Amino acid sequence: MRHFVIVGVLVLLLSILTFWGLEAMGLMPVQASLQAQTVDWMFRLEMAVISFLFALIVVPLVYSLLVFRRKPGDTSDGEHIEGNTRLEVTWTVLPLITVLVFSYLGAVTLGETRRLDPNAMVVNVTAFQWGWRFEYPDYGIQSNKLYLPANRQVVLKMNSNDVIHSFWVPEFRIKQDVVPGRTTEYRITPVQIGEYKVRCAEICGASHAYMVAPVVVVSQTDFQKWVQESVAAQAATSGPDPKRGEKLYNELGCKACHSIDGSKGVGPTWKGLWGEQVKLSDGTTVVADEAYIIESIRQPQAKIVAGFEQQAMPAFTTLTDAELADLIAFIQTLK
Amino acid sequence: MKKILSLGLVRGLLWQIAGTAAGALLVTGIRALMGLNPWGSFLFTEPAWVVGALTGVIAFVWGVGALTDWFKWALGEETPEHREDPPGWEKYFGVSLDHKVIGIQYTVTAILLLLVGGLFALIFRLELAASGMQFISLQLYNTLMSLHGMVMIVGILLGVAGVMNYLVPMLIGAHDMAFPRLNAFSYWIAPPAAIVLLSSLALGGFDTGWTGYPPLSTRSPVGIQMFFVGVWVSGWSSILGGLNLIATVMRLSAKGMTAFRMPILAWASVATSLISLTATQLIGLSFQLVMFQRLLGMGFFDPAKGGNPILFQHLFWFYSHPVVYVFILPGLGVVSELLPVFVRKPLFGYRWVAMSSLGIALVGFLVWAHHMFTSGMNEYLRVPFMYSTLLVAVPTGVKFFSWVATLWKGKIETPTPMLFVLGAIVVFLMGGLSGPPNGVVTTDLHLHDTYFVVGHFHDTMFGGYIFPFFAAIYYWFPKATGRRMSEKLGKLHFWLLFPSFLVMTFLMMRVGLLGMRRRIADYDPALGLDFWHLLITISAFLIAASVLVFLYNFFRSIKHGEPAPGNIWRSRSPEWQVPSPMPVHNYEEAFEVVGEPYDYGLPGSTYIRFNGKSH
Repeated sequence: MRHFVIVGVLVLLLSILTFWGLEAMGLMPVQASLQAQTVDWMFRLEMAVISFLFALIVVPLVYSLLVFRRKPGDTSDGEHIEGNTRLEVTWTVLPLITVLVFSYLGAVTLGETRRLDPNAMVVNVTAFQWGWRFEYPDYGIQSNKLYLPANRQVVLKMNSNDVIHSFWVPEFRIKQDVVPGRTTEYRITPVQIGEYKVRCAEICGASHAYMVAPVVVVSQTDFQKWVQESVAAQAATSGPDPKRGEKLYNELGCKACHSIDGSKGVGPTWKGLWGEQVKLSDGTTVVADEAYIIESIRQPQAKIVAGFEQQAMPAFTTLTDAELADLIAFIQTLK
Repeated sequence: MKKILSLGLVRGLLWQIAGTAAGALLVTGIRALMGLNPWGSFLFTEPAWVVGALTGVIAFVWGVGALTDWFKWALGEETPEHREDPPGWEKYFGVSLDHKVIGIQYTVTAILLLLVGGLFALIFRLELAASGMQFISLQLYNTLMSLHGMVMIVGILLGVAGVMNYLVPMLIGAHDMAFPRLNAFSYWIAPPAAIVLLSSLALGGFDTGWTGYPPLSTRSPVGIQMFFVGVWVSGWSSILGGLNLIATVMRLSAKGMTAFRMPILAWASVATSLISLTATQLIGLSFQLVMFQRLLGMGFFDPAKGGNPILFQHLFWFYSHPVVYVFILPGLGVVSELLPVFVRKPLFGYRWVAMSSLGIALVGFLVWAHHMFTSGMNEYLRVPFMYSTLLVAVPTGVKFFSWVATLWKGKIETPTPMLFVLGAIVVFLMGGLSGPPNGVVTTDLHLHDTYFVVGHFHDTMFGGYIFPFFAAIYYWFPKATGRRMSEKLGKLHFWLLFPSFLVMTFLMMRVGLLGMRRRIADYDPALGLDFWHLLITISAFLIAASVLVFLYNFFRSIKHGEPAPGNIWRSRSPEWQVPSPMPVHNYEEAFEVVGEPYDYGLPGSTYIRFNGKSH
């Protein structure tokens, strides 16, 4: 009986100490979204139970090692205890109830993180090797930074141009894969103003580590200001501009497959492409003019360059005419 | 020279080279005749390499002689029931039908592969010691990281097979496995598979991680095909080995050995074999489909052709989750098997522990989609898979509680094998406790694909397999060699390994929570993780140092260990009632089971009695 009392007290002490230690260490990054609060609440509950279970096993284990050690020269056996059915049933049923409760709480909190606000702002996200691009359909803005107003839910509609990526902002806690051929959805309500980063969490090739884009959470007024400035900047542009084309080349992920220095890539190089005779896989040739390049961007499978039959380029159907003109202007400079 | 050429392994390797060249040249020739480009960026084209890899494996198995008896039978020739092995070390390098020789072959091959996998880890851990790219390229990092995963997995699978092959027939009183030739075949298919797997390093590597998710894996260099073929072939080893083991336990156990008088390790081995027999096909299939997608343009997982990338993940995890139970069940079986010996008390709740292995194996089949909570699969599926996943905690908990209850009021001694058993319990506890946060969908949304998961499963793998594997080697080494390993070095091994490993995995979980993603070659210095990563790397190197101590101890003790011919652990188990090393056909006299396996402390009781009849 004495043993049980000592172990019981020690288990209690160690549970509290472990939980307190983990809390004091600061396990999670900044809590920057409404959903993060739900996730952290659940996580904290899990940590409490884990601390208790940790103590429940480790204390009697270490205690037995110290107290029930074999004395030197003692070759006799321990007590012949084969088992105890009541005890076995207890430690089967109690954990069973615990995991059912946790599954239930998990489902409830999951629902909480997925709660949809009808006034949510929609942002279209395109993921590609290796970058992110954000489009605000309400305002007609394209950006490589994700600007978000605080305290308003945003729904990200996400597509991938090539392989599977995953949208993760550690400070928001939530993670969602971005899968080619389908649209996945990510609901978040930022609450903490600050600069964060979206980090691709699903391995997506060589530069996976660097597939990062800034996420800026600003106040509602600052957000409106940013919208007005961006719209104005886009309206002020006149005529095709190779500088903007180059920016698109980098941001859209063209550079992952198409080189601009003539080196061989997954797709044909852009160096010297403009006005060239291009050999197609069906044996015919075509002149690389405006119509051909636009078609190759919008419907890449329409004409395939000889030697590149293996790779299917994704269709970039969302680009505006102005953006296409910028890209062509950029290609024209690559002599 | 002649002696070296007479070794089966050497002949097999030469045949494999010739077979690979023949297969690849055949495809190259056909391509040339068809007017297709015959040469690729790595000499041969991709289809040529794939066919070459397969013909190479077949040639190896033929060259080593694993098929000889079957061919003789097909031709109507008789072969001896027991083939006598040559004395000395040569028997380990050729086809033997003795389950003990095969068990040692498996174990040593496993140790070699684990060393290779560990070496890969050391290289990229050095790279990760500080942020920024230091000395390897992004692509090499990805290849090494991916290979580390799969080489370790194959290494552990072979190690599991080694433990089961060596021990189970001995523990149940059989003179060999049920199908000795199939047993030899199951082993000999593994070395060429491992070679194919490692050859991916030379063929451009691959950048997908061990999961090989398409579409990324359809864009990798040829190396990924070698990865697919290597895994596909080594799967045969698992399937046939599982079949053989189940047949052995069902048909060849000693008289009186009813289900609930079997050693607990036999229970665990059956549970494990049920999984490898029935689930391995799925990983082979999923990789084969990607192989076909690449070679033949079949769009199984290509959305542009009506395929579905998520389907791959379902097929892949339907095996790859249960397989972690293949890794850990035998390890947990070793823990349950050795605890009573060193505590001098019966295993607490034997039947519950035995059934919990089966319980884990069965529930393990229903949880695969918890790897896909963020994948974009049907949303409602996440909740039922959360329930089934957390259910695994119940039988796992039964094991922990039973172990602790076994320790309670025992007379505990702590020689090296027992230290590793205790280490296994603590490390596996860390793995077990860090599991449920991944199983609850809400928290997994944050944890998925981070270092938290990396820390979690390294704890389960080391606690569930590596620590018990070491315990088993220290414990049964005298059975194989008649000598014991040095206690002093064994304890040094343990005290170097145990604390460094706990520090390493705890810090992995910590950086994961703070934003460290899995499978990245470089991390953002702004996250402030440099110091933790440095500590993780230092721990990894301490672990490597402990393994060097183990290797020295292992190889030195084969010849120079302290002689240990008798029952040095005072065990009740049958294999310790006969002298060490174990005779060729195990027991000269058959035995009968007359008591419970773990009745320590019950005066006058005995587990088995030799009945004087020969086998």
